[in-house]
Amino acid sequence: MARVVVDVMPKRAILDPQGRAVAGALERLGFGGVADVRQGKRFELEIDGELTEERLAELRRAAETLLANTVIEDFTVRVEHVTTQA
Amino acid sequence: MRIGVVTFPGSLDDRDAARAVRIAGGEAVALWHGDADLAGVDAVVLPGGFSYGDYLRCGAIARFAPIMGPIIEAAEKGLPVLGICNGFQILCESHLLPGALVRNDRRKFVCRDQRLRVESDSTAWTSAYSAGQEIVVPLKNGEGGYVADEDTLDRLEGEGRVVVRYLGGNPNGSYRDIAGITNAAGNVVGLMPHPEHAVETLCGPTSDGLGFFASVLGRLAAAR
Repeated sequence: MARVVVDVMPKRAILDPQGRAVAGALERLGFGGVADVRQGKRFELEIDGELTEERLAELRRAAETLLANTVIEDFTVRVEHVTTQA
Repeated sequence: MRIGVVTFPGSLDDRDAARAVRIAGGEAVALWHGDADLAGVDAVVLPGGFSYGDYLRCGAIARFAPIMGPIIEAAEKGLPVLGICNGFQILCESHLLPGALVRNDRRKFVCRDQRLRVESDSTAWTSAYSAGQEIVVPLKNGEGGYVADEDTLDRLEGEGRVVVRYLGGNPNGSYRDIAGITNAAGNVVGLMPHPEHAVETLCGPTSDGLGFFASVLGRLAAAR
């Protein structure tokens, strides 16, 4: 089993109203010194069987097709841990 | 003329869109998101709503509904398609239209009668208007901010593909006050405000929205 993590973040150039709201709330609560906040999404995909390069490439395609809208978001795909089944 | 109106799980303006089609003189054909068949319609309306709960991004999951395969294919060949609100989001997620819709800049759901300027009368859905005409139709959205990169925005402006623009205050932070756009061929139009709620004064602020539906019926009649 492996867990593949896909992080999706709004692109720098695109307005992120949610991040801005969080930044404002931090400021109001006295947590100063935070210049900017952007709010993204984290997907954890539990993968059956062996995680081959082909499978990983397919998951990258999945991230690009569905999990992220590449018009407004960037994404990264990484393998968090692999456990070998007994 | 048979105008298909797609119902997705969560669609809430499909009945109004069908009614607008009928008031404009067309035959409204109910299409179901789970069917991959367009029933031979002459045009399609993707109505507003909260399709699939918009869990991932607005329209992102709806874009992969079975009905969207034939719609995308037909749209690329010239089928008139109008996406209103959530329908606009679905068209952007389908890459039939450039850009994307994000949460309103003020983070509040906005519901009001919105003044708009029709910028282009050369699309399948706006030929009954004249360029520069001002109209008032309802607007209601939480994620209605139109965004795209500068190059895309410049291209849309340069090619006359901004179809409607907000007047009297930008309700949601849309870049360059853009309320609606079209594809290069002018058959696919997406807009955030709701013309289907302004087709008769009994239950709308105006009947200004009727022009969208009259336009496509006129276009289809002329093509016959």
